[in-house]
Amino acid sequence: MNFRNQFYRVGVALLPGLPSLLAALTTFVLFMLFLTVQGKPAWEACQLVVQGAFGSAFALESTLQRAAPLMLTALCVALPARAGLIIIGGEGALVLGGLAAAVAPLWLPSMPTLLMLLCMAFSAMLVGGFWIGLNGWMRQKRGLNETIGSLLLSYIAIALFNQLVEGPLRDPASLNKPSTVPLGDDLLIGPISDQFQVHWGLVVGIIACVLAQILVRNSVTGFSLQVVGGNVRTARMMGLPVDRLVILTCVLGGACAGLAGMFEVAAVQGSANAAIIAGYGASGILVAFAARQNPLAIIACAILLGGIEASGSLLQRRLGLPDATTLILEGILFTSLLAWEALTPRIVAWRLRLNERVIQAQGALQHG
Amino acid sequence: MSNIDRRTLLKLAGLIGATAALPFSFARAADKPLIVGFIYVGARDDFGYNQAHAEAAAIIKTLPNVVVVEEENVPETVAVQKSMEAMIRQDGATLIFPTSFGYFDPHVIKMAERFPEVHFAHCGGLWQEGVHPMNAGSFFGYIDEGQYLNGVIAGYASKSKKLGFIAAKPVPQVLRNINAFTMGARSVDPEITTTVIFTGNWSLPIKEAEAANSLIDQSCDVLTCHVDGPKVIVETAEKRGAMTCGYHADQSALAPNGYLTGAEWNWETPYRAHVSASENDQPMINFLRGGLKEGFVKTSPYGPLVTAEAKTKADAIKAQMMAGEFAIFTGPLKDNQGNEVVAAGVALDQTDVVLESMDYLVEGVRGQI
Repeated sequence: MNFRNQFYRVGVALLPGLPSLLAALTTFVLFMLFLTVQGKPAWEACQLVVQGAFGSAFALESTLQRAAPLMLTALCVALPARAGLIIIGGEGALVLGGLAAAVAPLWLPSMPTLLMLLCMAFSAMLVGGFWIGLNGWMRQKRGLNETIGSLLLSYIAIALFNQLVEGPLRDPASLNKPSTVPLGDDLLIGPISDQFQVHWGLVVGIIACVLAQILVRNSVTGFSLQVVGGNVRTARMMGLPVDRLVILTCVLGGACAGLAGMFEVAAVQGSANAAIIAGYGASGILVAFAARQNPLAIIACAILLGGIEASGSLLQRRLGLPDATTLILEGILFTSLLAWEALTPRIVAWRLRLNERVIQAQGALQHG
Repeated sequence: MSNIDRRTLLKLAGLIGATAALPFSFARAADKPLIVGFIYVGARDDFGYNQAHAEAAAIIKTLPNVVVVEEENVPETVAVQKSMEAMIRQDGATLIFPTSFGYFDPHVIKMAERFPEVHFAHCGGLWQEGVHPMNAGSFFGYIDEGQYLNGVIAGYASKSKKLGFIAAKPVPQVLRNINAFTMGARSVDPEITTTVIFTGNWSLPIKEAEAANSLIDQSCDVLTCHVDGPKVIVETAEKRGAMTCGYHADQSALAPNGYLTGAEWNWETPYRAHVSASENDQPMINFLRGGLKEGFVKTSPYGPLVTAEAKTKADAIKAQMMAGEFAIFTGPLKDNQGNEVVAAGVALDQTDVVLESMDYLVEGVRGQI
């Protein structure tokens, strides 16, 4: 009896992960098939994917480095999703946040390095938060679909970014690569250590995910959000400040994306230029959906996606496969995740049944 | 330290022995193949900038004792840093060609500082002595010579006397090409004008197709461009019956009727120079430039619509360029606002750095920066 009880408990705990597991298996099979059909060494390719992503200390660095911005841009999707919004415009918040971080040291009076970095981070978050917050506001107050709205606002943000970087904010010395004035050397964020060449954005990304998890799981606000996301009418009937909660999640999500932009500028590029428009916002959507909008799962999913991208580099060099192979792998993975997502209602039912068994078994234990 | 047992001692002895043998193994490494890495910002088969590089890399691949590793679609982010590092650490590359302009600052500089024994040959011409690491360098070509010749051929071919230029961004390299193309055409007929459209970025195929259609609608009958992949522009023009001059690589296969000629890179020349320097343990070539004369740039074969007269004229100018006797930017030269930009009697040499901060469109260009 006790053993069965344990079995049911494990089942209840593992069931939510079933779609991910099935998706991973499907992806593996389809990817092997895709390569075999073309006459490519499928098994070797799969080995290289693992080796390129996690096979050595360097591979791990490469993976984690690529994952870092994705954690923050994924939060830009996952946080509003708790309130039932699908925001896909994180790219816009990222680029404008990066721009704000790049120009903050020019406009603010000089101050100690650490304080200046905090100011840069704050301005990036402010601008990113405003941009996505605007989406939330337009949805709640003007009835605009937030998915379309955020996508369009993202295009506007990128256009605005280009206009400013190539126009009024351009460093006249940046001739063929229009950029803002480069940050001073003291404001450049270096790697975590010489032995571990990953910038601090990774640490900040993980911290942000943990904080987000605490917010959505262990706070009153998080519970209110769950109600809003679950059923707005109920939330309104309960007297919850729905508009405020929705806009809050958007602002927080946008702030995360803005922060990602700040790290792209201060830890990677050294100035704001078109290179920061690299599609991190779009990859963040993939990560957030793969993580089912769960902040802690975002860490794992971002590392997974970072790993696939890192291994794409090895696949190209060792097997001469085109870069599109990596995109195909990502595409198969994402589609499988969404397809197996359809299992969710059944899983809820199975969970309920298993839970009943657990309770029955416990009852039997107490009485027996 | 007193408790070193025999086993540990043996291990240590083995380790010391291996270390002692190291110089020997290094000496043997001399006949190891040279591993060369190529990194492209776009697809290798884009009929444009990246293809020009990949075609030359394919030639390097055939050299004896050289192994080539390649990566395409690498963005100008931390991804390119990790790709360079991977080529060094996973493949053992000692010479790397990061071919996109935007890779240099900060990515190539950072990696060159971290791996001082590896040579980084960047394409774009940004390296400065005293500022950048000595194991990095950049090479570039004067492709405006090819665009001037494009202009001459276009000048003869155009019926409407209106040419079109689709450009990515109003940055000096691009402006220099627009100006050279226009001046080439106006050397044939001073009535000719070039209408320029800036798309805003290096690879925006939809906007490029729209711009091509719009220029043809404005009765421009010869188009050329400076974007990463001229494919859609050449295809659109061919479909609409307009003529084109190519850029970066040979696009004649895309437009068998309307393709006149093209300004192409010939990266084989600088690649070979860097490879042979690496093979012979010579110091890094930090600064390397050239035009038609030096074999950094070439022109596409003439298409069926090019007349004999046009060929004779263009070939004569090309011969002068090959002899180093031709200056494109000679005064008096006015910009399209009427200001004098090159004074009368001044002939700017191709190597003149003034040309690298060009910020004007010459007389005859319709458009503004």
